[in-house]
Amino acid sequence: MKYPGKLIIVEGIDGSGKSTQLILLRQWLESEGYGAFFSEWNSSPIVRETTRRGKKQRMLTPTTFSLIHATDFADRTAHDILPPLKAGALVCADRYVYTAFARDVVRGVSSRWVRSLYRFAVKPDAAFYFRVSLDVAMKRILGGRDAIKYYEAGMDLGLAPTPEESFPIFQARIIQEYERMVGEFGLTVIDATGSIESQQAQMREYVKQNVLPGVKKMKVRRWVNLSSTVRGFRE
Amino acid sequence: MGKPEFYGEGLPGIDLSELRGKLIVLEGTDGVGRTTQVALLRSWLESNGHAVLDTGMTRSALAGRGLRQAKAGHTLDATTLAVFYATDFADRLENEMIPALRAGFVVLTDRYIYSLIARAIVRGADPGWIHDVYGFALVPDAIFYLRISIEDLIPRVLHSTGFDYWESGMDLRLGEDRYDSFVAYQSRILAQFDAMAAGYGFETLDASQSIEKLFESLQTRVEAVLTRK
Repeated sequence: MKYPGKLIIVEGIDGSGKSTQLILLRQWLESEGYGAFFSEWNSSPIVRETTRRGKKQRMLTPTTFSLIHATDFADRTAHDILPPLKAGALVCADRYVYTAFARDVVRGVSSRWVRSLYRFAVKPDAAFYFRVSLDVAMKRILGGRDAIKYYEAGMDLGLAPTPEESFPIFQARIIQEYERMVGEFGLTVIDATGSIESQQAQMREYVKQNVLPGVKKMKVRRWVNLSSTVRGFRE
Repeated sequence: MGKPEFYGEGLPGIDLSELRGKLIVLEGTDGVGRTTQVALLRSWLESNGHAVLDTGMTRSALAGRGLRQAKAGHTLDATTLAVFYATDFADRLENEMIPALRAGFVVLTDRYIYSLIARAIVRGADPGWIHDVYGFALVPDAIFYLRISIEDLIPRVLHSTGFDYWESGMDLRLGEDRYDSFVAYQSRILAQFDAMAAGYGFETLDASQSIEKLFESLQTRVEAVLTRK
């Protein structure tokens, strides 16, 4: 189905820098006068409690892990993604179906089944994959974050005795799945070891050429600017 | 089980040859008397020395509570609801039914994927999609479809629980009031069950007969499943 709005998504492993790039891209889109909305992975309030309990109590199997994330994604599609697209805005999604395809297949779920499960997802107009080596990504995230969680480290796969040892093995397998999907889904690869500025320039160029033609600008920020001029309003 | 198999790609990490029990499904629409028959069958089977697990929808440890809360708020769209139900079902399949089958139990389930598929399709899901989603489900040893006409169903529901919001499909706005909506919604659900009957091999039983008569014919059929190799 075609909508007046457009969908831009970023994918890549933790530490690939994709979120930073998406924030910069959205900033630029808004400064250009477009309506641009964020949508993040695992953001549905309705499903959150179930997901949290499942993870905390380690009660998820590969299949229920896959399904609960698909439930979250369906809710996110209905609430965060479809309305702005129908209204002619741009939606910037941090992680998309490819995150599920990579993780779930590494967990042993059938790749054909999980692809069919997500058949309801809107096809993105631009899908950027931030390619980075495991070593670079590990260096970027180490120290800068909390302890790695059980499922995040792929501990349920029994790859290694500790989350610290399991995490890189799990991430390496996820990279393999991403690489497989580049051709399958025509992901646009960004070399995530380049400078932040050059990566951003590549994204903007791509979006300008392939996404923005036909999208109408929206005057959405005017009232925010007005209220912010009132002294003390925000405090 | 006869020769255990999945409908589609199946669940990762399950050795089907270990499943020694029997999976018996009772299906049929709301108010048809499934729950009563499951209770009767259970005590009959147990008194004959079979270990029985009985299970039903939205009771999973993982998603049962979340689903009930989400339904109370009526804020889920059709696709989200369909996948949430699939999560609940998968949790019960993997953590209740399969372990019981491995241990040689008779698993009696009050509804299975067919109710979930019917509800999703009536709410606009793509039939091909929802059938594929449930490709991880085990093919049961028997599916008893308790069939009733809408004319026979209405007085039964009227005299028991009344017209519940979800059982009347009120989220679909099919009629002016609960009654009209119930008739329109349940007719569509019944049509979906009828459409699935041949493809999935339902054994159809007339649910308009008395509780005792229906129970007798179920006993005969369950007996046959248990003696089947």
